[in-house]
Amino acid sequence: MTLEDPPLVEDCAPEDLLEAPRALKKENVEVKLSQRRIVGESVPRLEDPALLTGQGHFLDDIALPDVLHVAFARSAHAHAAVTRIDVEAARAMPGVHAVLLMDDLESVVTTRRMPLSAAGAKNTTTSTPFILSNDEVAYVGEPMVLVAARTRCQAEDAAAAIEIEYDILTVVADAREAAKPGSPIVRRELKTNVLNSIEVGYGEVDEAFEKAEHVFATDLWQHRGCGHPLEGRGVLAEVRPADGGLYVWSSTQMPHDLFYALTGVLGLDENHLRVMTPDVGGGFGPKYCLYPEEFAVPAAARLLGRNLKWVEDRRENFLAAIQERDQFWKLKIAVDANAKILGIRGTLVHDQGAYAPKPVNLPYNSATALTGPYIVPAYYIEVQIVHTNKVPVSSVRGAGYPQAAFAMERLLDLVSYELGIDRAEVRRRNLIPLDKMPYTKPLKARSGAGLVCDSGDYLAAQAETLARAAWDDFPARQAKALAEGRYIGIGLANAVKGTGRGPFESGIVRVAQSGKVSVFTGATAMGQGIGTALAQICAQQLSVTPDSVTVISGDTTMSPLGIGGFASRQLVTAGSSVHIAAQEVAAKAVKAASAILRIPEDDLELVNGRVQSCADSTKSMSLGDIATALRGAPGYAFPAELEPGLEARVHWKTDALTYSNACHIVEVEVDIELGEVKILRYVAFHDVGKRINPMIVEGQLHGGIVHGIGNALYEFMGFDENAQPVTTTFAEYLLVTATEVPPLELIGGETPSPLNPLGAKGVGEVGTIPVAAAIISAVENALQPFQVRISQTPILPPTLFHLVRAAQAAPLKTTITR
Amino acid sequence: MLQKTIKLQVNGCEREAAVDTRTSLADFLRHGLSLTGTHVGCEHGVCGTCTVLLDGASVRSCLMLAVQAEGHHVETIEGLVQADGCFHPLQDAFRDKHGLQCGYCTPGMLMTLKELLRETPDPTEAEVRDAISGNTCRCTGYQSIVNATLQAARVIRMKKGN
Repeated sequence: MTLEDPPLVEDCAPEDLLEAPRALKKENVEVKLSQRRIVGESVPRLEDPALLTGQGHFLDDIALPDVLHVAFARSAHAHAAVTRIDVEAARAMPGVHAVLLMDDLESVVTTRRMPLSAAGAKNTTTSTPFILSNDEVAYVGEPMVLVAARTRCQAEDAAAAIEIEYDILTVVADAREAAKPGSPIVRRELKTNVLNSIEVGYGEVDEAFEKAEHVFATDLWQHRGCGHPLEGRGVLAEVRPADGGLYVWSSTQMPHDLFYALTGVLGLDENHLRVMTPDVGGGFGPKYCLYPEEFAVPAAARLLGRNLKWVEDRRENFLAAIQERDQFWKLKIAVDANAKILGIRGTLVHDQGAYAPKPVNLPYNSATALTGPYIVPAYYIEVQIVHTNKVPVSSVRGAGYPQAAFAMERLLDLVSYELGIDRAEVRRRNLIPLDKMPYTKPLKARSGAGLVCDSGDYLAAQAETLARAAWDDFPARQAKALAEGRYIGIGLANAVKGTGRGPFESGIVRVAQSGKVSVFTGATAMGQGIGTALAQICAQQLSVTPDSVTVISGDTTMSPLGIGGFASRQLVTAGSSVHIAAQEVAAKAVKAASAILRIPEDDLELVNGRVQSCADSTKSMSLGDIATALRGAPGYAFPAELEPGLEARVHWKTDALTYSNACHIVEVEVDIELGEVKILRYVAFHDVGKRINPMIVEGQLHGGIVHGIGNALYEFMGFDENAQPVTTTFAEYLLVTATEVPPLELIGGETPSPLNPLGAKGVGEVGTIPVAAAIISAVENALQPFQVRISQTPILPPTLFHLVRAAQAAPLKTTITR
Repeated sequence: MLQKTIKLQVNGCEREAAVDTRTSLADFLRHGLSLTGTHVGCEHGVCGTCTVLLDGASVRSCLMLAVQAEGHHVETIEGLVQADGCFHPLQDAFRDKHGLQCGYCTPGMLMTLKELLRETPDPTEAEVRDAISGNTCRCTGYQSIVNATLQAARVIRMKKGN
């Protein structure tokens, strides 16, 4: 076949193909599909075979020729002026190729500090991090000097040989102190540690508190710890001498964000940069931020004209990957005689750490999420976002919502305790009932759209969970256990999570001449199985099997537009785009087949990847043949009614959030001699809308709950009074292991979201949100005989032990706050 | 830098290579032999991600030097597929029961569990949990891993019974 030949199509002659069809009547074809159900089935994951055989491609698995390995020299102090950096000894070390300070990178960057999110290179602030910090350092672990060497260990040895002299400056370690006038300042360029103050609220709060029958107050401290994906961060930069371009791989949740930021910071034409995510070994929030290393490594690669790889080790992850650390709440709740909420007000101090690499939305999430699934007629909270000399803070799975749920549920437990009304009953009286759905709260999401709980039956969810957990029988079980000297308790918490955050996610569906289907998306895969879910959604519409669909995600060249992975958003947004795009491809295939086969569209159906006559299935074309036809033939006419290419690209847009809801009940036993908490039973209800792949949904919920168990009982990122991190190994910072987790009993509903064509809601975070609230409630319940009140999370064994001891010594109500 | 030539068996094959004496077994497997299926998670011996079998016993390949593997048999995830090309029952069960999400801890889990099922063909749920208590997974919450292991154990017992 020569280049001039028209493409051959199996079931029709070329002349048929190229002749204009006579009549194409309808614009949008309702495609008849085979009835096989793919969406909603627990299809085995497409990602698994490679991962189960050691054939995954994580960042450090990518081998490039002549790559140099990077290590960073980092700040040893939480706050210091840098008086001298001597790199001569390091430069002379074996294998060392370059030792670079910020001044050395000056010629290849347009700014010395990072832009705020993807807002363009000029959009730096006095709180965005420096690419390398050489004048003043503001947290332990801040990157200062980049070393490139033949091997990673040579680079690390050389980094250790760099001599840095510091003038130690006063350290700001506690956000509450830092917010006070006259506090030392975290960085000399700032006048105050308070990055921002915001007020969130609505309704007549003063009036609510004036007319309230009861007002109760509590102070809370919450700490969420680190994200700790098992794969740390990493960056690989490949210089492309042929065109002066650059390929960058990063283990990130946000390749497009990095792409836009790098084009600005490196002054690169968009055509000369490609950012890709390889397999990502977990995200959990820390890979949502952009980091100095993601700018320093590509900049150094450009400067040196060499391929560079940096792979974070765990200690660096403890020091320099974002954490979601401390929030301090002071809250008051006003209720009537029947425990109906009239109003809530208070203050929140949010520890932001030394810099703000992103717009600060975490405390805004917390403040707007506090009222959760409940009706709160009046609400006011004042939020202070405060810098400290600790690593920057950004989102970890749940992103401010777990703290909000903890605060709200602690308030409701307080009402229950003070009024002597059952905890479940207090909640029942205040949950948003089904007949008020959709329920609009006078609050705004970040997009500016109103905050609307769109769907879900919160009362039924709680009732079902109570029944499953045998809540009503618990007092009898508890009394029996107590008689045996065992302290068991039960706790309850409800939660909602706004999911599917916009503005859009890309979905491109393309059929190749082979008939194979590709989906390209800006959604980022990080282990959650988004590829399988998107393949299912696409396969359903094209009547093909999911394993004939390949999903290509996290590649800025393949999907020029994209937002990325955060806020339980990708199934809703990318899923909707892929769903619509696949529908469009199906309709286009039928329209083309109608033209080629000369069969009216109404008489055609799409079955098993073929468009065929309903009357005579031997008259058919495969999707591959149609794609071949639609690729066009050089010089030949193209049917006027058809558009080239069997593909569609859709950017489904949304400003609204769709709300998943949860109700968790947990039973615990407390060993008062050891302060140890054992989880005896865990029942969790979730309604996450239409489940595309129930198996994946269950896995997300399991993982989310166990993350929450860590937040409640184990995970604590410690700093000393000089803001030196003191928990920098997994032997000091405890992640939950298999032996701490009881079998999790999942129950659930499936209320379709009215806000997207799939009826889907996000599932990645909702499992985490109520966990700490439920567990702390259960622990407090177990310790009823001592009348202790718990106002913090996590609660580690020493704290619990001392709490019980203090209560035994002075049997008064004891509230603890760090 | 001091180098030494070592001979060892990896997944049944004789291998000989020159290594820096400071190179960990994990780095040697990954970068010396391009067996990148073995992952490193903490590099301080706690998370279990880098677990491989040394003469059948699980070891942390991040805490062991490559030179210490001289003369031993190392088994990694790349050798888990059976001689006939089929998945090991653990691999099948992990896929069926959703025993993995991001897949980063998975090779260490599988090697640890291979050892468990050889020594304890009919484990209880508690025994499975105990066996993987040195392997951290941030994604799954462990339940699906436990379920997958119990299924794989049943399959292996059935096959042996036949």
